[in-house]
Amino acid sequence: MGKKVLLIEDEPNIIEAISFILSRDGWEVKTHANGHDAMEAVRRRAPDLIILDVMLPGKSGYDILGEIREDEDYAATPVLMLTARGQTRDRELAERAGASRYMTKPFSNADMLAAVRALAQT
Amino acid sequence: MSPERTPLFLARRTYRRRRLADAARILPLIGGVLFCLPLLWKGSPTSDSTVQSLIYVFGLWVVLILASAIISRHLRLDDNERDGTRSEHEETGGT
Amino acid sequence: MTVLNLLILVCLLYVVLLFSVAFAADRAAMMGRGSWLRSSVVYTLSLSIYCTAWTFYGAVGFAARSGLEFVTIYLGPTLVMVGWWWTLRRLVRVGRSQRITSIADLISSRYGKSNLLAVLVTVLAVVATTPYIALQLQSVTLSFAAFAETDPEAGTLPDMQSTALWVAAGLALFTILFGTRNLDANERHHGVVMAIALEAVVKLFALLAVGVFVVWGLSGGIGPTLDRIETSAIARFEVSGSRWVGLTMLSAMAFLTLPRMFQVLVVENEADEHLRTAAWAFPAYLMLMSLFVVPIAVVGLDMMPAGANPDLFVLTLPLMEGRDGLAILSFLGGFSSATSMVIVAAIALSTMVSNHVVMPLWLHYSGMAAVVSGDVRTVALMARRLSIGGVLFLGYVYFRMSGGGTALAAIGLIAFVGVAQFLPALMGGLFWRGATRTGALAGLTLGAAVWLYCLFLPSFGPSAILPQSVFDHGLWGQGWLRPRALFGAEHMDPVIHALMWSLLLNVSAFILGSLLSFPQPIERLQGAQFVNSFDHPSAPGGWSGGMAQSEDLLIMAQRIMGAREAQALFSAVAARQGVAGYLPEPSPDFLQELERALAGSVGAATAHAMIGQIVGGAAVSVEDLMAVADETAQIMEYSSQLEAKSQELARTARQLRQANETLTQISVQKDGFLSQISHELRTPMTSIRAFSEILRDTEDLSPDEQSKYATIIHDETVRLTRLLDDLLDLSVLENGQVELNIQTGTLEALLDRSVRAAGGDGDGFRIRRVRANEQVELTTDLDRLAQVFINLISNARKYCDAKPAILNIRVTVSDGQLVVDFVDNGRGIPTDKHAVIFEKFSRIGQTRVSGAGLGLAICREIMERLGGEISYLPGQKGAAFRVSLPLTVEYMTAQGAV
Repeated sequence: MGKKVLLIEDEPNIIEAISFILSRDGWEVKTHANGHDAMEAVRRRAPDLIILDVMLPGKSGYDILGEIREDEDYAATPVLMLTARGQTRDRELAERAGASRYMTKPFSNADMLAAVRALAQT
Repeated sequence: MSPERTPLFLARRTYRRRRLADAARILPLIGGVLFCLPLLWKGSPTSDSTVQSLIYVFGLWVVLILASAIISRHLRLDDNERDGTRSEHEETGGT
Repeated sequence: MTVLNLLILVCLLYVVLLFSVAFAADRAAMMGRGSWLRSSVVYTLSLSIYCTAWTFYGAVGFAARSGLEFVTIYLGPTLVMVGWWWTLRRLVRVGRSQRITSIADLISSRYGKSNLLAVLVTVLAVVATTPYIALQLQSVTLSFAAFAETDPEAGTLPDMQSTALWVAAGLALFTILFGTRNLDANERHHGVVMAIALEAVVKLFALLAVGVFVVWGLSGGIGPTLDRIETSAIARFEVSGSRWVGLTMLSAMAFLTLPRMFQVLVVENEADEHLRTAAWAFPAYLMLMSLFVVPIAVVGLDMMPAGANPDLFVLTLPLMEGRDGLAILSFLGGFSSATSMVIVAAIALSTMVSNHVVMPLWLHYSGMAAVVSGDVRTVALMARRLSIGGVLFLGYVYFRMSGGGTALAAIGLIAFVGVAQFLPALMGGLFWRGATRTGALAGLTLGAAVWLYCLFLPSFGPSAILPQSVFDHGLWGQGWLRPRALFGAEHMDPVIHALMWSLLLNVSAFILGSLLSFPQPIERLQGAQFVNSFDHPSAPGGWSGGMAQSEDLLIMAQRIMGAREAQALFSAVAARQGVAGYLPEPSPDFLQELERALAGSVGAATAHAMIGQIVGGAAVSVEDLMAVADETAQIMEYSSQLEAKSQELARTARQLRQANETLTQISVQKDGFLSQISHELRTPMTSIRAFSEILRDTEDLSPDEQSKYATIIHDETVRLTRLLDDLLDLSVLENGQVELNIQTGTLEALLDRSVRAAGGDGDGFRIRRVRANEQVELTTDLDRLAQVFINLISNARKYCDAKPAILNIRVTVSDGQLVVDFVDNGRGIPTDKHAVIFEKFSRIGQTRVSGAGLGLAICREIMERLGGEISYLPGQKGAAFRVSLPLTVEYMTAQGAV
């Protein structure tokens, strides 16, 4: 049985695409669509892996990541960050905030799947 | 009134206007006194008739109305005790 | 048709005429077409409410009893008007600059906005005016009865009480309809004033007509009339000196202090200029009103049967001679005199009662929360309406209780003495900076008490209220306390006696109280402003510690003054401060200006309390006082220069700060612009790429899934295209390369089209419009304007989070400017975002529904091209956008854009 992924992303179409790809790979995909209570969603879902968008309504992905890293239970949970702003500064910000992996939109489905699989191994 | 605010000499028109304001102030006082004159005629056998007083009072009334009309017409509303400096500026060009 | 029926018909027609004149005048003023409404002539005529039915009928009666003495009642006001340069000019100036609503308000405002004083003045005014209103009701019923008596066919006499009741009810209706249209008492009651001006003409014409008829019709010319006077009972001039002088002074004082006179003289005054005309025109009016009084009295005494009521000669002389037409005219004259007095008195008193009694109580019990959230305006208007009803009802009750007897006839002078008690506080307040609240309170209280004891209560007759023993032996058996011979002053005329003692004691207490007490800071500030009203029309600010939230203040102001006035005031101040938008900094100057504006609606004391509740800080600082107290010219000059400099500095600093803020924000946005565009492009591309890969790589997709994913790809491409379109549109607009396509059409059609294009209303989103207001013809680029409207409507549809979401579209037109407000009931936009929402890609709280955040930026560019603007309107319940533009786009603007 696959592991649990929490997808925090607000674009419905992207949610649909990622859910489709991961669930066909055997993952159990939970989604959450805004930044306000993302941390609560993390605690409620207790995921093995988190996919996190940067531009979220209510709170930025970097801030959420900071909260995740501060929480004892999830400090080690792998987080894959997605961003649509492909600048180097964004990558730095993501790494400093503690992202395990960083991907720029648009991405190829295969790369994304590979990244998730790789993160799940660690 | 401070010396800085009010110049010693005023331009001719301003001076006229000041005196007009004085007239406007004094008019009701004169009117008040003159309206009381009929009281002095009381008891005099020749001139204490109602008709005479009636004609006097209404005649004085008309005079007051005319005087007030003439004075008010020429008074400028922004004139007052303290506007010397401003009026001066207006007038210097003409004098 | 009998004369009585004819009279009733004419009377009803006259009432209809009055209503229509008032209505037309109000309407004309509203459409901005009523410049003639503000003429000096109308102002002068409105002053004629001084001549009540007491003048119209009573002057002749007065003359028949005591000869020429009646004329003193008109000489006093004549002298006041002629001497306008002394007092009225100052009074009117102060009244306008302090936004005074009534005499109670003026006195309260002068003495530190003390509500206690206001209540005292209000109570005294109501006590003095109620019998006066009763007197007017009586005059109408008496004159009506005079007609009925001469009418043989009338059968039974009409019921006096019911006539009075109908008159009172009609007057209440009229006054409520036209007297409480707007809350701001400084806004003129054009309808009422116009109706009163008409009534002034009618009563003068009627009295002159009767006079001409008496002199030339009955006496045979001027000579014979004078002969007739010589041989009459009043041939000798037997006026007592004290009464002649005393009554002249009394009428002069009452002219300034009667609440209704204060209302027309000061509150309804539009411009100092009007005084210039009224200074001679009103004395002329009074003179004409008095001209035929003696002849009518003499001829009446001569021709009417002995025992006929001389108070009704004006009416009964023509009736006896069979001149029914003239009699009816005369009746209308009397009716006009009575009604116009009652209407204005009711407005004046109701303003006082609601502002100084009802509103403070309401404020006290509902507290701060109500100031911001409650509907203050409705409460205040309702209070005013109820007060009008209450005042008239009191008058009617008094009329019934007094039985309509002769006791009422003397009430005119008694009321005069009552209101004259305001004079020391009023004049002292205008001319003496040392006058204090304590002094005013002491003087007023003592004067009012003496008036009540020596004149008002005894007027009901011995044993009615005061027992006979008090009349004979004084209060508690103290001989020197006899109400008609206070301190042993016996054998005096009762009115002069009461006038002398009440004013003497009033003035003494006022001066003594002022000398012995020390004024509070706010009193000194107000005192300086009142006494030196010509020197510094606006003294340094009365508020310190700008802890107030401008938005709270705006919300409160809107509730009281109405949204439009409040917004106009706020944006004007903001512009002066160099701040864009509707929220100025709560500087002391601004707070003071706002307080004054509010005072125009609810009175100085209440306005002060309301601002105090929001601002919370101390009202006057020592520094403020210093600025007032320093009286030497140098320091005044120096400090005013300093003040101007520091104000300018502050303004520049504010502008710089704002410019800097905007620049920083814009530069952050410019920085972010590329990354924004990148984001906006990448997001749809992510979906497109992901789903096209899914379609390409997944073999076992169901046809449903296939078509669903294809649709997503399609939609996202559309989104991309729209984004590119918007970017292009914006860049075209920004570079001014747009050509306007000017068309003409109605706003209603344009809004219909925009609502439809934005998805109409339905499923939890409702749009409220007032179509009657949308019948506006527009000549502008309708397509571009529709683009703005569509954007605003769809924004509301997307972002308004209330259930159900309601969007109000409000339309107003003024001075060729069209203003359309889009106000929803959602959470609105936080204040700190107001400055940036019209920037590119700025979205509130990173919400992302659809669209790229270019919509408002495009709207702003479009409105600029159309010669108008779009702005965020704070202080509404939800998000509110205001679109304003000229009804006809000017060619230059259109040209300039190309």
